[in-house]
Amino acid sequence: MSEQSKPARPLSPHIQIYRWTLTMMLSILHRATGVALYAGTALLAWWLLAAASGPEAYAQVQAVSSAWYGRLVLFGYTWALFHHMFGGIRHFIWDTGRGFDLKHVEILARITAFVPPFLTLGVWVAAYVYLGVL
Amino acid sequence: MQRVTALANIPLTIFLVGALVVHAGSDYTTMTGFLGNPFIGVLMLLLIFSACYHMRLGLQVVIEDYVHGEATKLLALIANQFFTLTIAVACALAVAKLVIG
Repeated sequence: MSEQSKPARPLSPHIQIYRWTLTMMLSILHRATGVALYAGTALLAWWLLAAASGPEAYAQVQAVSSAWYGRLVLFGYTWALFHHMFGGIRHFIWDTGRGFDLKHVEILARITAFVPPFLTLGVWVAAYVYLGVL
Repeated sequence: MQRVTALANIPLTIFLVGALVVHAGSDYTTMTGFLGNPFIGVLMLLLIFSACYHMRLGLQVVIEDYVHGEATKLLALIANQFFTLTIAVACALAVAKLVIG
């Protein structure tokens, strides 16, 4: 940390001070999922480059993506994608000037928090159906 | 552009997730055949550029908020440009090869 991070003046209360709320957690999660999705595009690039390179390279991707840890990462990635997408849609609603009253803020927060996990599960059930496992 | 790319990313990522679900059990030949379709290639390229543009802007905000040293911040911002451009070029080249052969 540089000295700039310790200014000689009183600081405003930081996150430790406040009681945790859903909206606060979602704000943090929106950034966290954004950063995770950012890093994960390296996997998208790997997959596409492997497909363009040939069967051997592609087999390596398939080996990793079908291993338990690969599936775990992809599952997490699916959730991050939906979570970030819903967070973004919530911001679009706010952009129109609507949904700022406490009641709607809370409704939107709950939708953003609780719908993406179900969508993620749905996508994975569908994928396993196409795989012929389910 | 953060909002414009965000809007574009919604249908484009739904398309990719849907395609990956349908091709969950596909082998190499089926998958490359699918990705080699020009219509699919157009959607993939749009997704790549929109997503990379979006994440470059997004991470820039994160860096500006959390990285405080001037030199570190500058390096992080440059690394952000390099990473997102590299991903975009790599993905685009791969898609181009899959479509054109």
